[in-house]
Amino acid sequence: MSETKLAYQKSDYTGKPSTLCKGCGHDSITNAIIESYFQLGVNPSSVIKLSGIGCSSKTPTYFIDKGHGFNSVHGRMPSVATGANVANLKLPTIGISGDGDTGSIGLGQFLHCARRNVDMVYIIENNGTYGLTKGQFSATADLGSKAKRGAANPYPTLDACALAIDSGATFVARSFSGDRKQMIALMKAAFSHKGIAVLDIISPCVTFNNHEGSTKSYLFAKENDVPLHELNYVPEAETIEVEMKEGEVRSIELHDGSHLTLKKLDKDYNPGDKGEALKLINESIASKTLATGLLYYQPDFPDHNTILNICSTPLVYLNEAELDPGPDPIAKLNASMK
Amino acid sequence: MDKIVNDFSIRVATVNGTGSQSSNNILFKSLFRMGVGACGKNMFPSNIQGLPTWFQIRVSPQGYQCLRENDDIAILMNAVTAHDDIASMRPGTTIMYSSDTIKFRDDEIKPGMVMYPLPVEELAKKITNVKLKQLLKNLFYVGAVQVLYGLDESIVEGVIRDTFKSKQAAIDANLEALKIGVDYAKEHFKKTDKFVFEKGNVNNGKIIMEGNAAAALGSLYGGCTVLAWYPITPSSSLAESLIGYFEKYRKDKDGKGKYAAIQAEDELSSAGMVIGAGWAGARSMTTTSGPGISLMSEFIGLAYYAEVPSVFMNVQRVGPSTGLPTRTQQCDTLLCAFASHGDTKHIMLFPSTINECFEMAQETFNLAERFQTPVFFMTDLDLGMNNWVDKELTYTKPKYDRGKVLDKEGLDKVKDWGRYLDVDKDGICYRTLPGTDHPKGAYFTRGSGHDEYARYTESPLAYTRNMDRLNRKFDTAKKEMPKGIVRGEAGAKIGLIAYGTSDHPVQETLDRMKNPNIKYMRLRAFPFGEDVEAFIKSCDKVFIVEQNRDGQMRQLLETQIRGYQDKMDSILYYGGFPLSADFIERTLKGKL
Repeated sequence: MSETKLAYQKSDYTGKPSTLCKGCGHDSITNAIIESYFQLGVNPSSVIKLSGIGCSSKTPTYFIDKGHGFNSVHGRMPSVATGANVANLKLPTIGISGDGDTGSIGLGQFLHCARRNVDMVYIIENNGTYGLTKGQFSATADLGSKAKRGAANPYPTLDACALAIDSGATFVARSFSGDRKQMIALMKAAFSHKGIAVLDIISPCVTFNNHEGSTKSYLFAKENDVPLHELNYVPEAETIEVEMKEGEVRSIELHDGSHLTLKKLDKDYNPGDKGEALKLINESIASKTLATGLLYYQPDFPDHNTILNICSTPLVYLNEAELDPGPDPIAKLNASMK
Repeated sequence: MDKIVNDFSIRVATVNGTGSQSSNNILFKSLFRMGVGACGKNMFPSNIQGLPTWFQIRVSPQGYQCLRENDDIAILMNAVTAHDDIASMRPGTTIMYSSDTIKFRDDEIKPGMVMYPLPVEELAKKITNVKLKQLLKNLFYVGAVQVLYGLDESIVEGVIRDTFKSKQAAIDANLEALKIGVDYAKEHFKKTDKFVFEKGNVNNGKIIMEGNAAAALGSLYGGCTVLAWYPITPSSSLAESLIGYFEKYRKDKDGKGKYAAIQAEDELSSAGMVIGAGWAGARSMTTTSGPGISLMSEFIGLAYYAEVPSVFMNVQRVGPSTGLPTRTQQCDTLLCAFASHGDTKHIMLFPSTINECFEMAQETFNLAERFQTPVFFMTDLDLGMNNWVDKELTYTKPKYDRGKVLDKEGLDKVKDWGRYLDVDKDGICYRTLPGTDHPKGAYFTRGSGHDEYARYTESPLAYTRNMDRLNRKFDTAKKEMPKGIVRGEAGAKIGLIAYGTSDHPVQETLDRMKNPNIKYMRLRAFPFGEDVEAFIKSCDKVFIVEQNRDGQMRQLLETQIRGYQDKMDSILYYGGFPLSADFIERTLKGKL
């Protein structure tokens, strides 16, 4: 991030007023997104923000009015983002999805987007319910968790983070919409990552999934949130904050040279180990705790545009002079097709 | 004895996956190089290996690119289909067959049939390249055809050399097998049928090409930079050809690609990628067939309503459902005209020839960006996957029409910009590309209700205004579509209308009937321009010739150009093989 932080005001990152329910966790996520972009000083006009359908997918209108937004079709944000990202690899790409959008109708696109390592931040605003259609279970609802009308979910949960890791995502984190500090640290790291950064953010639904018996309620999340690390994101140009003592800090270099530092809490967790990440998630599901933080990080795998070997000039700006192969290939083909 | 020179049809029946395609192409290409007007069609199964396949070669002085219903010579190498094949041959025709695997009863052989038994398995023992024996057996019938019908020996040899290029071992093995066939025919066959090839000059300035390759080349020259696709017969070779051209002609000095080609996980995803890339400002396309269009339909509606340039190339096959996936039809006309839920309608182009595949493919990108909408390039398996003889392709220096795009400087000049404001009153609005570094450059794209400034709204008035403007845009498009091509006298009162591959047999039908009261319009695009209505209006009776059951183009004409329903009639073929003039002529005469 070469832009100086002072180039933009916080107001450059705001959007339209939210039309979500009062107290919705999604609004906290929106605020964290605004704060993270602001702190990083990203040019707001360069940001593209995409979504599918659902409550979560409405949120791109609530931040960065100055960037182009695309509210596409249900579950298909990943493909639209992939297309936009290859067409113009210079644009910071953020996709906002929900648990219905990602975990059910769009599961295939989510996994393939992870597998391609598309250079984007993929945020799942996960409340374990279909809010917009008034409270049906989603695939990320926990086994046995209760819907608003009291029925228990008979199916096991799909864990978006485990699926993302398995599919090849290179940055996978979980957070909680009530933990602003952690969200901002993770988002800033995610925005700096080259490749896909999946953030599964538990965001309780205040209307349809915030009652006793739901494992994605605010109270449940607040009481069962076990942060993996205390996170602190440090851009390249700055020194590591002094309050961190040596020995407590694990520093991970991101692609743009910036660093993500992890402060260990109660265990020595290595986010570079896929097996350990999946084990932790499985334990987390079994014990019904929320292991939050950076679960998995693999900085060495090339992102989708690198895999495709796309030239540095965005494809959208290539003109006739750069694209026209001229008359020779046609003359040669004509001669060869006889 | 009377000779029939360069005007007959050959059917070669083989087993799929045994290497017969290579032999058939050698046969076809040799005729082409001899200057004989040749047409080759492959009737292949949905199968990798083992099921029956037929290759039909028709030669004609006019070089017609469509088949006859009946063949004059059958080369039967597949024991499974041989009895059905001979049953479909008429008296007096010629049958060459693999005599150690096929035994015909006397009652199967019709009066006047000329029989050439070719002991393929016995001759195969002479092949020294044991590894390639199975493939090389197919050269025997090429050798026999060379002797019996007069293929030029040096031309056949030249074709074999060009086919296998620098692979000397393959060339030697093929030439050896060819010679085994030649020697056997010379020694054992007495020519008693009338058919002969003679060198001609009808192929000067012509090439052999598949429509899919031509469309791919057109996409390259049309400035396509993003291809997202999912494999489906018969469109896969279009995508694969384009990738081949990309790799060859679209690398920058550092070896990086000035393109992105993505094989998506399904058709929904490929449509999404195309729309994402089109929204971002790239010329993007997908290749698919009917089932893919069905899957993409939700996205197509989004692109229509959110007004995102996007190109959909549909190489049609036989539906519904899986249908006959390796056979040809024009059965997606209505599907593509109105793809998606809600009020949607789309621009379609209908190429008929290799040159049109090349040229119209380029034009689809201009139309998509000019009208900011999905554009359908409607071809079919026959045009896409068969080898066609057509005139050489012509290079035209490309000039991309990027449509109404406001960049930073453009935004400075306008006082009031709204993404869906109809400033020019032609229904086409100004868009900006994501990343435009200007405080008022951004807008929000959505499939939900939006006003002139791209703001979310559920207002009935705003919704209606927007839908009416989309109609105006479609009306503007009507004036800019390629016109129909008319043949015949203006005063003729019987009209034929056809499109795409149906053009070739219709042209032949007109040549045969020489009826001055029949004229013909070949449609090349939807929406229909005023010329289409004028044509219909000038006729007492109009027959729409198409390759589907329900007369889909006729339905489209009836709903889009009202008031002429009573004079419209259909000539429909939907069996999955390419349409023939025999069928059209017979059906038309029955209706006149």
